[in-house]
Amino acid sequence: MASQLSLNQRAAILSIVLLVVGLLIWEAAIPAQKAAEELTEYERLTGGGAPKAGIPPPSDVLAKAWEQLSNPFYDAGPNDKGIGIQIGYSLFRVLSGYFLAALVAIPLGFLIGMSPVAYRALNPFIQVLRPISPLAWMPLALFVIQDSQLSAIFVIFICSIWPMLLNTAFGVAGVRQDWVNVARTHELGHLKTAFTVILPAAAPTIVTGMRISIGIAWLVIVAAEMLVGGTGIGYYVWNEWNNLDLTSVIFSILMIGIVGMVLDAAFAALQRTIAYAE
Amino acid sequence: MSKPYLSVENLTQQFPDGQGGTLTVFENANFGIEKGEFVVILGHSGCGKSTIMNILAGLAEPTSGVVKMDGFAVSGPSLDRGVVFQNYSLLPWLSALRNVQFGVKARHRDWSPAKVLEHSRMFLAKVGLEGDVIHRKPSQLSGGMRQRVSIARAFANHPKLLLLDEPFGALDALTRGTIQEELLKIWSGTEQTVFMITHDIDEAILLADRILLMTNGPFARVAESVDITIPRPRTRTEIVDHPNYYAIRNHLVQFLGRRSKELAGQKVEGPQRPETVRIARESAPEPEPDANPRLRAVNS
Ligand SMILES: Nc1ncnc2c1ncn2[C@@H]1O[C@H](COP(=O)(O)OP(=O)(O)OP(=O)(O)O)[C@@H](O)[C@H]1O
Ligand SMILES: [Mg+2]
Repeated sequence: MASQLSLNQRAAILSIVLLVVGLLIWEAAIPAQKAAEELTEYERLTGGGAPKAGIPPPSDVLAKAWEQLSNPFYDAGPNDKGIGIQIGYSLFRVLSGYFLAALVAIPLGFLIGMSPVAYRALNPFIQVLRPISPLAWMPLALFVIQDSQLSAIFVIFICSIWPMLLNTAFGVAGVRQDWVNVARTHELGHLKTAFTVILPAAAPTIVTGMRISIGIAWLVIVAAEMLVGGTGIGYYVWNEWNNLDLTSVIFSILMIGIVGMVLDAAFAALQRTIAYAE
Repeated sequence: MSKPYLSVENLTQQFPDGQGGTLTVFENANFGIEKGEFVVILGHSGCGKSTIMNILAGLAEPTSGVVKMDGFAVSGPSLDRGVVFQNYSLLPWLSALRNVQFGVKARHRDWSPAKVLEHSRMFLAKVGLEGDVIHRKPSQLSGGMRQRVSIARAFANHPKLLLLDEPFGALDALTRGTIQEELLKIWSGTEQTVFMITHDIDEAILLADRILLMTNGPFARVAESVDITIPRPRTRTEIVDHPNYYAIRNHLVQFLGRRSKELAGQKVEGPQRPETVRIARESAPEPEPDANPRLRAVNS
């Protein structure tokens, strides 16, 4: 019977089973708060009956998700904005920092990939700057830029530049000489060769770099927003932790995962459209 | 004596040999090709055929010497010299049709897209590619189809000189036969000059007006130029019945099997020119293989 279903269908069924079983175990593992009349004298005296901030059961999280997602864009003051607004802020920062990085990394990567001199000249700088945790730039950024919003964007910029830069350089340097020779025998100029031969040939490697970068940028924005505060999903998580609202914390953790997954899927789709088989 | 259309003058190519010395692939090579001629070069692997072709294409610079086409020295690649690379060199992210369009657009920058499209389709049709297949990517085509696309791309640009580096190397005998005949059909209607590398003696006899024979390297030489005295149009099945066919074939086999080695590695001073060999039915069918090879290679 099971063999009549396709591989995907079987996998989907298994996923759902795992999800349901996981949620049930979670739900069952959370001890219910005892009602006040059932408490013993001792518990009453030691305060054991006071509502404790425990891990919420998944049913609470789902209820929270329903509540939040049914009105994601409400704005009731600086500490009470809908999840949609918070994610919007984060996405705005990520995408602006990311596109600025792409604007720098891809042309620079082209140059490095095409010119061994440029590669050797720039390599020491790249090797030193690349391993620096992006958050280490935050104090310097805050001091120089004097604006927390722009500093967060700068941190995204600096963390997403390296994978794109290195992958572009690697992809461009690895373009088969045969294809470059095709361009040469057709008397294409440098710019034309770059756009009609080298760019499409290196595109899969470049987009792989872009995909790694957007993943890192989304990882980093949460931490950056916890530092700079104000708005954004990272700030939201931290704020709900300060409110001891673990239901919201768990809900927002889930949202971070889902948005990251969507961003990654978008680049995976782009990768598929520009991939070619040799 | 007037200069041939394409003339190779005192061409020398050296490479570092990887141990600090130099490897001389060939030295002071001289030969010419007439306009409209179909010349095939035969020689053992590593003797320097591709090196010569890359220099003719302008993709590589010789250590010394010049190549002149129509009286002008070749420097850098040009649309007048079309190349069909050994490994097809189609751009894998473009469909067959777009690969041809890529070439046509580069040649005729002022043509409208519709005209480019029509011209490209016409040349794909000439090599027998029509219908849905022309919209496939190279990876979805068979080796023979890729080769045809590559030939269509080169011919569609009407280059004055067509350079083919072992174009049928990867094909099975049947496909080879078909494409060879397609190549002859397209070429015979034009004024184009063809220079082709191959390892296949029968292919060389079928296609060539003249076969250049190279000795083994290092210090390889273009030792002989063999006229193919079989009238055109030729077909695979008919040429074998021609009285000159086996005489020519034996001569080539002898050269590649024995004399290319005997003549190898000899550094000879002065400009080297291939000796012309003409095998016609009236003459002796087989030049004596015992003659002193050095004497045979003397410049004529
Ligand atoms: N870039 C290079 N650097 C060093 N040596 C080279 C280079 N290119 C070619 N050679 C050497 O020159 C010689 C001739 O090479 P070439 O590719 O022209 O041979 P070929 O006749 O085309 O052989 P094949 O029939 O196998 O294609 C070889 O010994 C090769 O090792
Ligand atoms: Mg070769």
